[in-house]
Amino acid sequence: MQKLKNREELQAKSRFYKETLEKQKVKILVCAGTACVASGALAIYDAFLKLLQEKNIDCQLTLDDEKEKESIGLKRSGCHGFCEMGPLVRIEPWGYLYVKVQPEDCEEIVDVTVLGGRCLDRLTYKTEDKAYKTQEEIPFYKRQHRMVLQNCGHIDANSLDEYLAIGGYRTLEKALFDMTPEDVLKEMDAANLRGRGGGGFPTARKWRQVKRQTAEKKYVVCNGDEGDPGAFMDRSIMESDPHRLLEGMMLAAYAVGSDEGYIYVRAEYPLAVTRLNRAIKQAEAMGILGDNILGTDFSFRIHINRGAGAFVCGEGSALTASIEGKRGFPRVKPPRTVEQGLFDKPTVLNNVETFANVPMIIENGGQWFRGIGTDNSPGTKAFALTGNIANTGLIEVPMGITLREIIYDIGGGMRGGAEFKAVQIGGPSGGCLTREHLDLPLDFDKLQSAGAMIGSGGLVVMDEHTCMVEVARFFMGFTQNESCGKCIPCREGTKRMLEILERIVAGQGELSDIDLLLELADTVSSAALCGLGKTAPSPILSTIKYFRDEYEAHIVDKKCPTKNCQKLKMIVIDPQLCKGCSKCTRVCPVSAISGKIKEPYVIDQTKCIKCGACIETCPFGAIKED
Amino acid sequence: MSQVCDYQKLDEILEKHRYDSASIIAILQETQEEYHYLPREAFDYYAQKLKMPIAKIFSIATFYENFSLEPKGKYVIKVCDGTACHVRKSVPVLDRLRKELGLTAGKVTTDDQLFTVEIVSCLGACGLAPAITVNEKVIGLLTPDKAAEILAELKEGESHAKA
Repeated sequence: MQKLKNREELQAKSRFYKETLEKQKVKILVCAGTACVASGALAIYDAFLKLLQEKNIDCQLTLDDEKEKESIGLKRSGCHGFCEMGPLVRIEPWGYLYVKVQPEDCEEIVDVTVLGGRCLDRLTYKTEDKAYKTQEEIPFYKRQHRMVLQNCGHIDANSLDEYLAIGGYRTLEKALFDMTPEDVLKEMDAANLRGRGGGGFPTARKWRQVKRQTAEKKYVVCNGDEGDPGAFMDRSIMESDPHRLLEGMMLAAYAVGSDEGYIYVRAEYPLAVTRLNRAIKQAEAMGILGDNILGTDFSFRIHINRGAGAFVCGEGSALTASIEGKRGFPRVKPPRTVEQGLFDKPTVLNNVETFANVPMIIENGGQWFRGIGTDNSPGTKAFALTGNIANTGLIEVPMGITLREIIYDIGGGMRGGAEFKAVQIGGPSGGCLTREHLDLPLDFDKLQSAGAMIGSGGLVVMDEHTCMVEVARFFMGFTQNESCGKCIPCREGTKRMLEILERIVAGQGELSDIDLLLELADTVSSAALCGLGKTAPSPILSTIKYFRDEYEAHIVDKKCPTKNCQKLKMIVIDPQLCKGCSKCTRVCPVSAISGKIKEPYVIDQTKCIKCGACIETCPFGAIKED
Repeated sequence: MSQVCDYQKLDEILEKHRYDSASIIAILQETQEEYHYLPREAFDYYAQKLKMPIAKIFSIATFYENFSLEPKGKYVIKVCDGTACHVRKSVPVLDRLRKELGLTAGKVTTDDQLFTVEIVSCLGACGLAPAITVNEKVIGLLTPDKAAEILAELKEGESHAKA
């Protein structure tokens, strides 16, 4: 492919692709995000391809093969976000969204919708009282404000051509030819974009600090090590719209004067790595990445580093150490990353979502961005909505939206009609929010005052059946496992806190344990070296604050109020139902059950290990958890 | 010692990374993709070729969770125990898989080298919780019974392959 040598060539190329794209009167977009692929989306793509060929329907797979007349576009798009309902197929221009599509549905879709233009009602999304023909009508989407995720699910995730056709890299061109680096920084100042990775640090300030450094070599690093369990916003952006991320990084590089960038991606995201690699190759081939981009003196290269399974590498200094080929240990700051980051050079380190916000800020101006969200937290935030909620998936909402709107309007309320209990926000570093916070506007500062944080954006919704002590134990188990071991407060503190929590869920806790936990939490959060340790006690602090009664129930009454904690369960035989068949005694691994044939048996609670084997075996359903 | 490593293959990997010791993580990742674990001989070879202490390579290989010094099974099953999977009952799925294969938290690979069962913190497939991967393929919305079925299918495929 010929490299583009100047802005006119880029504009001509974009125009050409735009016109070709416009000739596609019908577009079939098969969601090819991780979740839909897992549900069989690729088989559906293949089925469509085969059908269209069999029926001799003119279809277009890439924008490069020019079509004289109108045709049908078939694409593998990025994540639509409605993972629960996958595999998803969207048909444009009508915007029909078909859910849980199977390969055998494809023929009917082609006949009825693609050729006939009618909606195939059988496959649309339905709630109890209503059916929704188009994606835009569905409540899950209706209340969202998709800016960063704007292209996700709407363009072919593997195609630079399509990104160009919808105006991609136009902002880069604008910056390179019509703006100085200082102009770019000014727009970023005006926008007041705050880092989407958790901390909420103003992006423009970070960039200015890097720009100010005198070192000749500077790096731009993208943190795609989205390790918080229950968060997958960045994965979706990398998979669905990789070029937007590259463009954002290039704008940062132009603003601060860098010529080399790295993207650090989690090992668990193979699809993101593949798509990013492809995107980089495409951009290099077209002269959008590389030396003297579009004939200017701006040069930029991007490398991809795969993580190797260490959560702590999401921390800035650990991440740069890992790129350098070392153990991912955080280090004492200062010097900060902006002064001495990757290979000891000044480094811009932002996360995926932050970079993905940049192109539209430069395109529409900082003031425009300011108009969205709240005063102190402008813009939108992507959240991964998961847990015991009716609609799980990826959402993007303006900052300042309330939890109630997210959970009930977008999320469709609790799964199975259970009662809402709490939502864990910000992963293992965040805290939980409860009923009393349902109307709290979500932004960086409001959440901090409530003892939680936006974090990277995981929202795990929990219902009345969730044990909050067990949740705290779960998160502590996670951070303890991921503690790198460099500093003592985190290495030892997380271990002891975990031990105490394990004691409590096993019914061996004491009331003084709660105070001990609070004391340890205080020490660890003030003395740990990096963010992982400093925030590790947050789940404990917030669960004690809001659910102290559950801790006390485990400790004093030796009962788990939600009946989750295995070791606090009591398994009993109902003498009314027991026929005395003795089947249960034979499966009990610890011989805790005894009795006489044809008389009710009993379980010796001191021996019972609560394995539940007897419950499964009893033919009369006489054995139950009390 | 039996020779596990194909040194030509190791050279290819080194070549690709221009013998740069800063790329050691990527070099080890590609080695593991080839052998499904990091063979002992590879450490000596890389230490010599990259002119870095073998202890340093070991320190990297043991720090990052993805690296394994033990051979893994033909089918590596990763059970997601991220928050979303955890609250949607991933532990019973894990228990069932281990029970069916006779594995424990300490013994992760079956004696016939067919299956390895591991826990991962989050696969990012939370919409399909609880989820597992079988050699990178994501399978979602699991129940203990469905997990057992998957095992049965894999085992059956194996016995067919042998026959």
